[in-house]
Amino acid sequence: MTTMPLTRMVKLAVKNLSQYKLRAGLTMLGIIFGVCSVVAMLSVGEGANREIQEKIQRMGSNNILIKSVKVPKDENSITSSRNMIATYGLTYEDAQQFSQYVPNLEASTPMKVLRYDVQYKARKLQTDVIATTPWFLRVQHYRMMRGRFLTGSDMEFGSPVCVIGSRLARILFAGYDPLGKTLSIDHDAYTVVGIAGDIAQGELPPKGELWLEGENQNVYIPLRTYLNKRGDLFAQWSEGGGTFEKIEIHELILTIDKQENVVRAVDAARRILRKNHKAEDYSIVVPFELIRQARETRRLFNIVLGSIAAISLIVGGIGIMNIMLATVSERTREIGIRRALGARRADIVMQFLMETLILSLSGGMIGLVFGALIPLMITAATEVQTVLTFPAFAIAFTVSVTVSVVFGIYPARRAALMDPIEALRHE
Amino acid sequence: MVPIVELKGASKEYVNGSLRVVALREIDLQIFSGEYAVIMGASGSGKSTLLNLLGCLDPLSGGDYLLGGENISQFSDDQLSDIRSRRIGFIFQSYNLIPQLNVLENIEVPLFYQGVSEAEAAERAVVLAERMGLADRLKHKPMELSGGQQQRVAIARSLVCDPILMLADEPTGNLDTKTGHEILELIDELNAEGKTIVMVTHDDDIAHRAQRVVCFRDGEIISNDWNGASKP
Ligand SMILES: Nc1ncnc2c1ncn2[C@@H]1O[C@H](COP(=O)(O)OP(=O)(O)OP(=O)(O)O)[C@@H](O)[C@H]1O
Ligand SMILES: [Mg+2]
Repeated sequence: MTTMPLTRMVKLAVKNLSQYKLRAGLTMLGIIFGVCSVVAMLSVGEGANREIQEKIQRMGSNNILIKSVKVPKDENSITSSRNMIATYGLTYEDAQQFSQYVPNLEASTPMKVLRYDVQYKARKLQTDVIATTPWFLRVQHYRMMRGRFLTGSDMEFGSPVCVIGSRLARILFAGYDPLGKTLSIDHDAYTVVGIAGDIAQGELPPKGELWLEGENQNVYIPLRTYLNKRGDLFAQWSEGGGTFEKIEIHELILTIDKQENVVRAVDAARRILRKNHKAEDYSIVVPFELIRQARETRRLFNIVLGSIAAISLIVGGIGIMNIMLATVSERTREIGIRRALGARRADIVMQFLMETLILSLSGGMIGLVFGALIPLMITAATEVQTVLTFPAFAIAFTVSVTVSVVFGIYPARRAALMDPIEALRHE
Repeated sequence: MVPIVELKGASKEYVNGSLRVVALREIDLQIFSGEYAVIMGASGSGKSTLLNLLGCLDPLSGGDYLLGGENISQFSDDQLSDIRSRRIGFIFQSYNLIPQLNVLENIEVPLFYQGVSEAEAAERAVVLAERMGLADRLKHKPMELSGGQQQRVAIARSLVCDPILMLADEPTGNLDTKTGHEILELIDELNAEGKTIVMVTHDDDIAHRAQRVVCFRDGEIISNDWNGASKP
């Protein structure tokens, strides 16, 4: 038995569809919106996801970040503790115990984060000064742009050297080569030996620098040098008096050898901290766990998006079914004629399915184009990052075509199963 | 000689819920190759029903139908479709052209379902259209044609796959006398060329053109005359 060749079925379908241009267009609109919204939503979702992942990744998935936190005291004690020394946070004792008891620990990087006036010649600005160890560079995935980072011998001898962030280099040394120059940090002299850039710099869009600004403006000095000069006591003067803070370690980064060991290490670190601290004057951030949470959030997000997409596509599909049912009943007589002239049921099914398929394919294509344009426009108009991914296209397209064909089968079958004589008699 | 059409005790009844209408009662009928048979009878006597059975559009309720010696009672829907496309030519009272197709495309429709190539189908359609005097109307839609022209298109379409049996249900019913005559002349011509034709009509004058007149009443054959011609 012979069948009509595909190209002629396509031609016939196009001819029939062009008979009802407005109707075909409106039907397509349903699919266009469906596909378009799916692609656009997935792109925005993927963009948000990348942004979060990037931020977390920068913290290092093998790292555990522990920070000293000032515990708020009740009103009375604040007043009475004016001009007194506030002692809180991580201690050398903690660091010592971490090194001893946290399993799979590769490195422990202590940091003091202090805000000081930094001055070169007449220029002066307040910025974060980070007193740390040479490991810091590796742990934070920073990249040296010029010169070198702090070294073991800097630590050993307490050398008065510093490494500055790329932005600070631009601001403070505008017009001068910072390397070898001496700047003053709260009246202590330090010689610039290197300029650190962020590893992501240049790989991020220009807007990325917004939140890197802070870090690229830091000054890094050897912890030993700072301790020799200033000790652990930090004085801050503000209106109505000054506060003294004694914090041994502001931040501590524990680097674990492998990701799968992070959870165990966190437990160990928590146990040590709980034993050593009466108040919870520390906070623990585990980027690895954040990544897991981000993945979970993303999974939920995808489910929500998926349901919305499914609903919109089903609505589109129902639209198609509705139109095809109308078309079939309008063309009942044609169906009768074709059957009388030798069309098999399969030929009739194919004829109407082909019309559905062409509607959904062309609607899907147009939807993809708009679906790609909208995220581009969003990115251009706002600072929201969007990412077009191939799976988004593939999913939206296949699902919409599948849905429409599935919804097209019923009207087509209904056409094919009509009694030819009754169809012929139809007015 | 094997008849083109042979009905043996053929009956047809329609059942609508509890309503049962017997449209044909155990009909025996033979039509031979080259015959021109006219079916007559009052309205509701079962003429159209018979034609639909002969055209394999409707299954029998009882009895047997042999088309060209082949018993089609057990044929599948697909096989019946194939027979309709290759062996039967239908001409309807209301022309039944497909409105969105032009003259040529309408004539080509049966060839579509036989898988005849586009070029060959067009060629055959053009030849027939020209023969029907439609040479200057090939690209016109049915709506742009007169009733007579439309019926010519329908006849061309029924001829396009060279059927062994042509069935016409009151082909002149919607036409004025003159145009109807032209159509009947055409049908005479086809019969003269050897086509087997079964035509339903109400008109006694038309009936005289045929060699054979079969009269129906209430689903039964009441007379089967050869109009003086010799019974084959
Ligand atoms: N689908 C159907 N369901 C029920 N009864 C039907 C159906 N089709 C035809 N009939 C009945 O079968 C009988 C024969 O109908 P048919 O159409 O063959 O008559 P006819 O001889 O062609 O009449 P006319 O000259 O008016 O066209 C009628 O009584 C009709 O009511
Ligand atoms: Mg009738």
